[in-house]
Amino acid sequence: MSRPSAPPPGPFRLASGGRLIDRAYSTGFRFNRRHLRGFKGDTLASALLGSGVALVGRSFKYHRPRGILASGVEEPNALLGLGQGGRFEPNQRATTTALMPGMVTESQNAWPSLDSDVGAINAPLWRFFPAGFYYKTFIHPRAAWLNVFEPVIRRAAGLGRAPKQADPDRYEQAYGFAETVVVGGGIAGLSAARDAAREGGRVLVLEQTPHWGGRTPVDHAGGEARVGALLDELRGMENVTLRRNTQATGLYDHGYLLARESLADHDPKADLPRQRLWRIRAGRVIVATGAHERPIAFAGNDVPGVMLASAVRDYIVNWAVAPGRRIAVVTSNDDAYRTALAALDAGLEVAAVIDARPVADGRLPQAVRARGVEVLTGTGIAGVRGGKLISGVDLCAQDGAGKVTGRLDCDCVAMSGGWSPVVHLWSHCGGRLLWDEPGGFFRPEPSRPPTGPDGAPNVAVVGAADGDLAVAALTGAEVEAPSAQVWLMPAQATRKARFKMWLDYQNDVKVSDVVVAAQEGFVSVEHAKRYTTLGMATDQGKTSNVNGLAVLSEALAQPVAATGTTTFRPPYTPLTFGAIAAEAKGAIFQPLRRTPMHAWHEARGAAWEPVGLWRRPYTYPQGGETHTDAINREILAVRGGVGMLDASTLGKILVTGPDAGRFLDMVYTGMMSSLPVGKCRYGLMCNDNGFLIDDGVVVRLAEDQWLCHTTTGGAERIHGHMEDWLQCEWFDWKVYTANLTEQYAQIAVVGPKARDLLEALGGMDVSAEALPFMTFADGELGGHPVRLYRISFSGELSFELATPAGRGLALWEALMAAGKPFGVTPYGTEAMHVLRAEKGFIMIGDETDGTVIPQDLNLHWAISKKKADFIGKRAQERSFMASPDRWRLVGLESLDGRMLPDGVYAVAEGVNANGQRNVQGRVTSTYASPTLGRPIAMGLVAHGPERMGEILEFPVKGADSVRARIVDPVFYDKEGTRANG
Amino acid sequence: MLLLTCPHCGIAAEETEFNPGGEAHLKRHGPGASDEDFEGYLFLRHNVKGPVLERWRHSYGCGKWFLAARDSVTLQVYGTYPASLAHPSDEVGDSVRAAHPNWRTQI
Ligand SMILES: [Zn+2]
Repeated sequence: MSRPSAPPPGPFRLASGGRLIDRAYSTGFRFNRRHLRGFKGDTLASALLGSGVALVGRSFKYHRPRGILASGVEEPNALLGLGQGGRFEPNQRATTTALMPGMVTESQNAWPSLDSDVGAINAPLWRFFPAGFYYKTFIHPRAAWLNVFEPVIRRAAGLGRAPKQADPDRYEQAYGFAETVVVGGGIAGLSAARDAAREGGRVLVLEQTPHWGGRTPVDHAGGEARVGALLDELRGMENVTLRRNTQATGLYDHGYLLARESLADHDPKADLPRQRLWRIRAGRVIVATGAHERPIAFAGNDVPGVMLASAVRDYIVNWAVAPGRRIAVVTSNDDAYRTALAALDAGLEVAAVIDARPVADGRLPQAVRARGVEVLTGTGIAGVRGGKLISGVDLCAQDGAGKVTGRLDCDCVAMSGGWSPVVHLWSHCGGRLLWDEPGGFFRPEPSRPPTGPDGAPNVAVVGAADGDLAVAALTGAEVEAPSAQVWLMPAQATRKARFKMWLDYQNDVKVSDVVVAAQEGFVSVEHAKRYTTLGMATDQGKTSNVNGLAVLSEALAQPVAATGTTTFRPPYTPLTFGAIAAEAKGAIFQPLRRTPMHAWHEARGAAWEPVGLWRRPYTYPQGGETHTDAINREILAVRGGVGMLDASTLGKILVTGPDAGRFLDMVYTGMMSSLPVGKCRYGLMCNDNGFLIDDGVVVRLAEDQWLCHTTTGGAERIHGHMEDWLQCEWFDWKVYTANLTEQYAQIAVVGPKARDLLEALGGMDVSAEALPFMTFADGELGGHPVRLYRISFSGELSFELATPAGRGLALWEALMAAGKPFGVTPYGTEAMHVLRAEKGFIMIGDETDGTVIPQDLNLHWAISKKKADFIGKRAQERSFMASPDRWRLVGLESLDGRMLPDGVYAVAEGVNANGQRNVQGRVTSTYASPTLGRPIAMGLVAHGPERMGEILEFPVKGADSVRARIVDPVFYDKEGTRANG
Repeated sequence: MLLLTCPHCGIAAEETEFNPGGEAHLKRHGPGASDEDFEGYLFLRHNVKGPVLERWRHSYGCGKWFLAARDSVTLQVYGTYPASLAHPSDEVGDSVRAAHPNWRTQI
């Protein structure tokens, strides 16, 4: 901030007043490259108005000139692009954005400039884009959509532009707990907070703006002092927390409340997180969110200079800004007369008060008359003069069709069509609303509140949010007569005039659109809303919902209560993605699981493959090797010598207890209770739907102990699956499970020289006689404690060594050192995949997709026929599962040497009901095999195993179909002798 | 976001600490079951508006499965009880009937 000697006040800044600004601090900012100034305490909106900027943007659909309408969160028009580079943000409401020094802002939806927008030239054309336009064009011939509508819509659609760079700001989240949370720091909220605090328990008060008191200080004499006294009392109570700049955005089940606190919005130098997202558990929520003033539907009510009456007096009183020099007030109620009084007090001219009611003789109208202002009762606005700024209004009789009876010159219209309680939070989690006919608004239905976990009401509503608009008991105001329900001005407005009456400013929905929707049969309020897009913009219809519903009701000739209202959904105001993500991004987006040998792999330049939360080496490229070259080298090294794979990520679940064998016989398709101690057996797991969910080697460690290996991604899921059955179905069986995955490092030593390598390390008899295939032994290798399994996932002579995790790296390094004379080669997951595919071994997730049963994969041998039951057995007896027409596993051999793309389908004769080619199979795994020097693939094919030698056609995008022959899926070492080494 | 109390460890926690497991008290049908019984077990659920009995696992806590009586309309939690019980406990049943006097379990 700077302290210039004579701060330029701006042409529309009043010489005195302004309860929220500090004239000692003048603040420079830019709007569309113009250099402007405001004061500390200004919002962007007050600074723009003070600088004489009336035109701030163009509307979404018609590119109409738009000015500032409101002074708070309900603002539909003044959405700006804010900031630069990574800090650029579209659609920021000028009315709720605090002015910061050096702020750079731009208007949206205007090209080449705000003043001469090309889109507006098309405005007459847009007249032909009525309600339901999108739906209608979707039904039209496709050619019209592609060539005519889509290009036009694409050029014009969208609000603001998305930033292209990463957001450099920090965001954080915090948890909050309170017995009572009061949302809204106006006089009703503060008073409710004091009452709650006296009863005891933690009380948290959230206020969306930087200021306490809500409307009271502006609207009611002595209001500021009343608010001050309440605040003093609350600040002295230990169980009360007051939090400003905090917007409650959504209330969810069981008192879960989300709130966004602005800590350093648009102030990157503050060295604070920009925003904090509060995740609050509230025992009860007191909603004191006030009410929003409604516009009036008269022709031209969107011309810059037409504003809400409450906003006009807010700018005058709070920020000493004159929204106009000669103001006309148009109203359906007494409250708007406060604006006339505020304008007069500030030395501004009031052209007249145009009151739609036949009589206006309340205290406020009398006070305005007493100041010499003409009150035109029974009068409405027939039309507005001016384009980019209002210059006057034409008057008419409110109960007529709009015959002009006179005119008023003015540069601002302050309008009030009554008030709508802000009932969003009440509605978010199930609170019902009722139509208050005398008041002319929806308010909470007290007998149908949201309820908490115990079934008791957990939300209460107070003050204006409850329909008590004047909060007279607290503000000292006199109770005023309810607003008249003036939904159209004039009441018999012509069709032509209705085309110019805006309801939803942000989505450009007019009275005529809602009437069209009703005529076309959209009688349900939810349908009409979607058809017209009323209330579906970023402001969610805060100023338009009730007016739209009333117009719809009138078109349907039914009371508003019969029409009802649409559903309010969170968030109340938009949340930033930054606040939702907070610290959960980049490296700490999710936990990273590392094996004990991770650092070794990293030092060798491993390329990583994410598998679940794990990182596994994909391959270890050397020098300038491509990944393909490196993978091929690793595969050939394994087949020709010896390789090592970090297999630590394999799931390892210990199952123990007197009933463990019985339990595993249910969990696996094969028989595990008969597995002798010291032996290993391949097992398949299905769910009760019969589908294959996991596979792995089961090891019998002792009479009552089994170790079950799962897939890398499956450990937690399969452990949960086991626990589900143990706890919920067979809870009386004596079985205990433990997920030991991270307790052990596991290393696969694979290849014809694998045994030589282990013997070089020494310490255990690893001969074929002492340690046959599918057995294991405990012992020490080179002084390292190991459990040595003789199992193979590559078809080669293969050992897997498990050791306590803390010793994994030492064992790995010892094996690498001992293996040096044999040319030991570390290999990654891709080589592992190719090695298994060359042998026709299936991979969960490649050959299975949740709809595949073991029988499809020719794994009948791993399904026990002796067992009376296992999980999935009954399902596999269903006719569809037992059908001979199921697609089954085969090998696929490309005829011209091209690789089959992964997932491609084999076509069959004929077409299906949608005119698409029938299919008879698909590719599940496909690789270039360096061992065989040609591509190999596996797939699921109808009647596949019975069709050996047949040729299938696989269409591929942008090239000739690949033709492939059905072959045995075992491509290499069909006899299986190599594993016996 | 619901608040649930795990009957095993007694902790009241946020919904994100649990995993849902669908309708409770299903009778498993295995080999030998008729197609009709098996279909009922595998696919057919009561899915009522009102009190439902459902499975939850305290996944990010004690790891135990438990059952809850919860209202699918009001989201009131009438009570939770161990997965080994064949019926809701009397206490939970009474809590449901306080809001729905004619309620009977559909087990
Ligand atoms: Zn627990």
